[in-house]
Amino acid sequence: MGERTIEMEVQRYHPEKDSEPHFQRYSVTCREEWVVLDALNHIKETMDPTLSYRWSCHMAVCGSCGMMINKEPKLACKAFIRDYEGVVRVEPLAHFPVERDLVTVIDDFMEKLKRVRPYIIPKQARAVADGEYLQTPAELKKFKQYSMCINCMLCYAACPEYGLIPKYIGPAAIALAHRYNQDSRDGGREQRQEEIAATEGAWECSFVGACSEVCPEHVDPAGAIQQVKIRSMVDWYTEHLMPWLKK
Amino acid sequence: MAEKMSRKPYVREMTSEWIFRHPRYLRYMTREFSCLFIGGWTLMMVWGLKQLAEGPAAWAAFLEFLKSPASIAFHVVALVFAVYHSVTWFNLTPKALPLQVGEEFVPGAAIAGAHFGAWAVLSLAVLYFAGAF
Repeated sequence: MGERTIEMEVQRYHPEKDSEPHFQRYSVTCREEWVVLDALNHIKETMDPTLSYRWSCHMAVCGSCGMMINKEPKLACKAFIRDYEGVVRVEPLAHFPVERDLVTVIDDFMEKLKRVRPYIIPKQARAVADGEYLQTPAELKKFKQYSMCINCMLCYAACPEYGLIPKYIGPAAIALAHRYNQDSRDGGREQRQEEIAATEGAWECSFVGACSEVCPEHVDPAGAIQQVKIRSMVDWYTEHLMPWLKK
Repeated sequence: MAEKMSRKPYVREMTSEWIFRHPRYLRYMTREFSCLFIGGWTLMMVWGLKQLAEGPAAWAAFLEFLKSPASIAFHVVALVFAVYHSVTWFNLTPKALPLQVGEEFVPGAAIAGAHFGAWAVLSLAVLYFAGAF
């Protein structure tokens, strides 16, 4: 197995010592199959135990290790060293405040996620004795891709609208709201509309499309947001021009 | 004994550097920028209508203006931006208008293709009624 020594520039920030972040350079001898997360673990284990970053599963499932790698939002566990030439620059996820080194403050996203009610709100209460909800493969396919979201927030780091307008609810939260709106078992669309059909919801999006391009799970939040816009527009026209259609 | 943790999150200012962070942002800004030329061309048409309403002399002066090198250069640039705008938006239609038939979704190329087809038919119709054929 081949080895290669690469230069890594990692953004450091110690809240008690630093007034602003700075870069620290490390020479790391990497194995051919290493990802950026392996290199960071190697630095932490053998060179600098003070380096802080989040990670857990090492297999693109937990969504913890999102960071900017050469200015592009990536999961560090999915970014192979062999795909990079020259210096590899690692920074915390863009658009989020930096807690320490590569660790960001994610409270804003967690709060927004809660606001869109990302869970099934049944159309009518159902007792366990009534049995399970039945769903056809077509009904499942309608929302399945959105359920692949791992809340890694790469889409927020890619979205310039979120960077410029932090109130924007953002791609993943809207995509998850849409996922439940599309679910045949769900009846909670009206409750979610308050959040996602608002100015700070889908209408803040100008369809840059970057969220869908960087998603490591191939979810299409950009598509979900446009569909939310269309549904909201139909709602508005129905209410104002054809009120008799509204139940 | 838990050590008291002090927090001082650092907020990074967003600069216009993001436009050059990846080619996709530059493509997006080009698409947004194209509206200035399309808007400019539309205003020119409104001005033409006003000239038409004012009488034959004003209308002739407008036609003369359209033939000027500056006007031709503007039209060429506006056309390039209008085509870029239309093509990029039509390519995005499958995301906004997914169509599920039975279990499967209709391929994106078919949805975008239908838009391009309608665009071609409508353009030909406009040219036909304008007496181009």
